[in-house]
Amino acid sequence: MHPIASMALKRLGLGLLTLLVVSIIIFSAVEMLPGDLAQEILGQAATPETVAAFRKELGLDKPPVERYFDWLGGAVQGDFGKSLASKRLISDLMATRLGNTLFLASFAAIIAVPVSIVLGLLAALYRNTWFDRMINVVTLSSISFPEFFVAYILILMLSVGYPFDLGWVLLITGIWLLAEGYGSVKASLKISKVPALPALFATIGVALIANFFLGWWSPQMQGIEAYPSISNIAPNTPFWERVDRSFLPALTLTLVVTAYMMRMTRAAIINLLASPYVEMARLKGMSPWRVIVTHALPNALAPIINVVAISLAFLVTGVVVVEVVFVYPGVGQLMVDSVTKRDVTVVQACCLIFAATYILLNLLADILAIATNPRLLHPK
Amino acid sequence: MSDDILLKMRGVKIDGKTGDDWLPIIKGIDLDLRRGEVLGLIGESGAGKSTMGLAAMGYVRGGCRISGGSIEFDGQDLTKASEGQRRALRGKRIAYVAQSAAASFNPAHRLIDQYSEAPVKHGVMNKAEAEVDATDLYRRLQLPNPDEIGFRYPHQVSGGQLQRAMTAMAMSCRPDLIIFDEPTTALDVTTQIEVLAAIRNAVSQFGTAAIYITHDLAVVAQMADRIMVLKHGELVEEADTRTMLSAPTQDYTKSLWAVRSFKASAKAAPTADAVPVVSLRNVDASYGPVPVLHGVSFDIHKGRTVAVVGESGSGKSTAARCITGLLPPTSGEILFNGKALPPSFKRRSKDQLRQAQMIYQMADTALNPKQRIRDIIGRPVEFYLGLSGRARDERVRELLNLIEMEPDVFGHRFPGELSGGQKQRIGIARALAADPEFIICDEVTSALDQLVAEGILRLLDRLQTELGLAYMFITHDLATVRAIADEVVVMQHGRVVEQGPKVEMFTPPHHDYTDLLLSSVPEMDPDWLTNLLDERTREGKPLSTETS
Repeated sequence: MHPIASMALKRLGLGLLTLLVVSIIIFSAVEMLPGDLAQEILGQAATPETVAAFRKELGLDKPPVERYFDWLGGAVQGDFGKSLASKRLISDLMATRLGNTLFLASFAAIIAVPVSIVLGLLAALYRNTWFDRMINVVTLSSISFPEFFVAYILILMLSVGYPFDLGWVLLITGIWLLAEGYGSVKASLKISKVPALPALFATIGVALIANFFLGWWSPQMQGIEAYPSISNIAPNTPFWERVDRSFLPALTLTLVVTAYMMRMTRAAIINLLASPYVEMARLKGMSPWRVIVTHALPNALAPIINVVAISLAFLVTGVVVVEVVFVYPGVGQLMVDSVTKRDVTVVQACCLIFAATYILLNLLADILAIATNPRLLHPK
Repeated sequence: MSDDILLKMRGVKIDGKTGDDWLPIIKGIDLDLRRGEVLGLIGESGAGKSTMGLAAMGYVRGGCRISGGSIEFDGQDLTKASEGQRRALRGKRIAYVAQSAAASFNPAHRLIDQYSEAPVKHGVMNKAEAEVDATDLYRRLQLPNPDEIGFRYPHQVSGGQLQRAMTAMAMSCRPDLIIFDEPTTALDVTTQIEVLAAIRNAVSQFGTAAIYITHDLAVVAQMADRIMVLKHGELVEEADTRTMLSAPTQDYTKSLWAVRSFKASAKAAPTADAVPVVSLRNVDASYGPVPVLHGVSFDIHKGRTVAVVGESGSGKSTAARCITGLLPPTSGEILFNGKALPPSFKRRSKDQLRQAQMIYQMADTALNPKQRIRDIIGRPVEFYLGLSGRARDERVRELLNLIEMEPDVFGHRFPGELSGGQKQRIGIARALAADPEFIICDEVTSALDQLVAEGILRLLDRLQTELGLAYMFITHDLATVRAIADEVVVMQHGRVVEQGPKVEMFTPPHHDYTDLLLSSVPEMDPDWLTNLLDERTREGKPLSTETS
């Protein structure tokens, strides 16, 4: 067998094993929650007989190990049981929700991955120039903000339309960045002296100018329909309608994940620029862009693929907050709702799906990272 | 004739950045190169040879700058040209061949794609023409399977072949000038010959001018019409090759010559009944399923040096790994003072481990950069001899004195603050710290300049006389063998092909392979390569043992 095929099978086996361990952890964690589930659902007024009958109905009277295997056996066949709250089949509930979440994640990924890799390449090409620093500051500040904050700013700018105090929002943002992100940004950029006062004036200036231009650009001013701040999507929503409605959450997610991928791309490329074959390419008279794209990038794919995979996994599993802000009907929101309703079976299923996504994407990244290594792809 | 001058460098000064200061690397050198001429640049590491070679392309490495002078290539001053103008020359009219072809070929692309990159991008040929041309050049450079070899990735091709493929790549645009930066330094002697021959043929066929950079006088003697000797960024001496070799005028040039005259002190042969310190008996070993050693047997006696020679891949270092127990032999025995050692180091006692120590080729990577010298040497003192506190410090001082390094000056330094030769001395002190009877020296002088290497050899010789140490000296350099060995073991493909006292080994008749090795060592005679190639062609012998 080709070494890559056998390696992929081995990794797949390990991935399944990891998933099994994760399922045990999820099940035990839910099991360890205090209080009796049937009692919780039926409330204080329930008689012991009703509680016992309800426990039997839910199958809670069986020993935990047996219940675990029942649950696992079902989950393997795609049957996660019934929701305790709505009595609907979890697999039905999940199907549309997972579809929505994957749609949102892919939407964000389609914007974020190419943008961040190109930005990373550009930052490596123009390293230590103002361009490089600007990209770093912008992407770093977008991950420094909490997701919900980014989300509300975007709603404010692109959905609600031009408010009178948008300039002030930008100004406060700038000051917040200077105060909060000052240390980390300074350390990461290796700028020894960032003159604080000119930076403050610059921020105010940008805010005022932006204020002026946003006045024209504002959706309401132009009479254009703004992007909706509530992403209500139904299974029968047409595709472009869907794209339009999920644009803001996708943009939020993009802003949140771009920095990781962009900075890893930049670092991986710069790491290789000192290697003899890159010098050789320069000495062959190749242009700086070609040196980076055809000589450095193919050798930097492994770390880049890894960070992309982790970011993609985050796009699927880290959407909880964003989905809640935009009331987007995805798995993250389902999970939050189920937690408040103490619908443990649904929570279990969500956790398992998130875990499976993480493992699958990491597995894919491992395999791709190895497959892009010519030493393994073309053995001696 | 001034028209004949291709490259004219005047008062070139190049600085390198150290901390916040710019320190001069090249301190104002003039260089003229005529069309079709081959100029040799020699000197020790740090002399500025490579910097000078790259400057001829108008290129400086990161952290360096050209701070003065002019570099005129074919009438165009590269120091004043724009980056775009310089890029248009590089690869097309001036090409570069790097020291390590394995590191300088991009691992992600096939050889032929890297060959055709420059001609296509410089608009000399299209891709299809470039591929046909590549095959033709591969054939001229006597690469095996020229039609097919270009479609391989660099890791699928051997070092000597890669070096020729790189020469072919440099020739792809038929440049006026090629810079060869130590192209054979990383190769075995037998492989070196075919690369030298290939380069010389190619350069003369196309009438290309070349700057040939090396630290090996004998190599440059074969290649260059004229030689410039550099030291610390300054020109020491410049003359025609023959004049330079027969009548060097400067002391420094003469001292480069003198290195090869060192001979270790003579030792009495061991008595017939003497028990060897280390004895290998029919040792077989393998890496996984791949067998690498086949029935290797040799003895090393107290106070004597056994040189183990052979090309890379011949099993020299593997034999050392078996002795240290890092690679347990699959069969056979290793005796220490007549007693069998457990095959794996894990089962050996601390005392057994103490008896055999190692000194490594790359002192840079063999010393922990985050530890001070006194701790690097103090650790084995503590571990093997159980000394601590004042006793340990005393012993460390003694050891530093023994390797001729002042304890008060060097004890508190980090390895990064030492020169290459000093680092190697620390490696020796660390081995001595265990108070061993036997030391394995694995290519300990290969990474060092000749003068520094000689200092290390003298030190090892003195320590051997004073402490009665037995050495296993792994090397591919026969000049070193001549200098230090008492006995020689020649290995090829994991087998011992010949062994005996040094005097016998260097006098004919030899085993064929030993003969090949010996005759492949370059000599100072400028006609040596020509004569050798003629002789080998006449006798129908292969140039080397390398197979494709």
